[in-house]
Amino acid sequence: MKKSYYQPEDLKKFGKINEWNEALGSKFFDYYNSVFEEGSLSAREKSLIALAVSHVIQCPYCIDSYTKDGLQRGIEKEEMMEAVHVGAAIKAGAALVHGVQMMSRHDQLSM
Amino acid sequence: MKIKSLKARQDSLAQTEKQLEILSGGIFKDGSLPTFKEKVKSSNLPAVRPTALEILQINVGYMCNQVCAHCHVDAGPDRKEIMTHETMEQILTVLQSNTIKTVDLTGGAPEMHPEFRWFVEEIRKTEVEEIIVRSNLTIILANKKYHDLPEFFAKHKVHVISSLPFYKRGKTDKQRGDGVFDSSIEALQMLNKVGFGIAGGSLELDLVYNPSGAFLPGDQKALELDFKKALKEDFNIEFNQLFSITNLPISRFLDYLIASENYEEYMHSLVEAFNPMAVENVMCTNTISVSWEGYLFDCDFNQMLDLKVDASTTHISEYNTDVLSGRNIRLSQHCYGCTAGAGSSCQGSIA
Repeated sequence: MKKSYYQPEDLKKFGKINEWNEALGSKFFDYYNSVFEEGSLSAREKSLIALAVSHVIQCPYCIDSYTKDGLQRGIEKEEMMEAVHVGAAIKAGAALVHGVQMMSRHDQLSM
Repeated sequence: MKIKSLKARQDSLAQTEKQLEILSGGIFKDGSLPTFKEKVKSSNLPAVRPTALEILQINVGYMCNQVCAHCHVDAGPDRKEIMTHETMEQILTVLQSNTIKTVDLTGGAPEMHPEFRWFVEEIRKTEVEEIIVRSNLTIILANKKYHDLPEFFAKHKVHVISSLPFYKRGKTDKQRGDGVFDSSIEALQMLNKVGFGIAGGSLELDLVYNPSGAFLPGDQKALELDFKKALKEDFNIEFNQLFSITNLPISRFLDYLIASENYEEYMHSLVEAFNPMAVENVMCTNTISVSWEGYLFDCDFNQMLDLKVDASTTHISEYNTDVLSGRNIRLSQHCYGCTAGAGSSCQGSIA
């Protein structure tokens, strides 16, 4: 058995998901590819959104993929870092906004 | 950072046998990845064969004023290999007696060849329709004697194709050396001034983008839009087309891939991105590459790997169209670089 839950080479094997259930796997990959096509948002914008989300969900495979994808699209490191901060800010805000619940609960229980 | 050529460093990768050994060993030997030939065959594609010859790409020597980190020629100021007058005469004889549409001059910096201008003038006297010069741009500003190159190019209706890795300073200088970006911008402005790259004009100026690292180029059209917008807004520069070119895993780029531990992942990326549509348009089908010594190769990359054409005549002095059109093209795993994604050639995407 491998000593770590995450194996970098597993990313290359992502397509193997189809081997055990092609019907559902194919639906996923078709959907995934459609999502990232040029649309009302550019493929470049979608790549940066994907990079930000990758950090928020802390998916190492996704971070590897979308850092490389960004480089291929000519996205610069400054843009990548700003996108990561957008994700991080939303995540921090999501934690912090619960502070209002804490304050309400506190006040409700206090004399 | 100043770097030297692999040859000057006496690096083992300066030996072409060593490069070919790496390209055939490891992941391609243990079956992790198919060889290029196997991949073409398993994709039910016909073998890569020559079609009508259109382009004669001539490497006039490895001398260059720059030392780019990714250079597949291993060119630089320390390289002294240079084409002789006799070889140039032999090429002119071939151009006079054969129908060849395009001559593509490359190097090193081809302009540094002492007989460069004479050679261009002589080629112009033949039936060749198009003369391409692959200019690194900075040469125009490198010495006073090169300052009038834009006028020379214009006079002889040369099609200028120039490398500019990125439209911003950082990535360009990292790949090609400090100060390269500023010189390149100034040279582009000089070329625009004499009419190159202006929409609707007849003087062509194309730019070449190649990734500054172990990743593949993105969509050529999208990158072209980014380049055009940025160069126009920031420097009032115009150009015709952007060619995005994949870095092939040979010479200094191979050295970089190995040293940075990116080699295997890069080869996986190339193989995964294999595009059958690109195979039929690879440039070795319509191009012959001539080395500074006058030897013939299927492409510039095979030239750097010293894989001479697989034919009974391998030198420009015994050039024979029929013999060459019947040859087998010599393939190795670097060929995946030309078939990845939208494909890659000296004229950019091919699929």
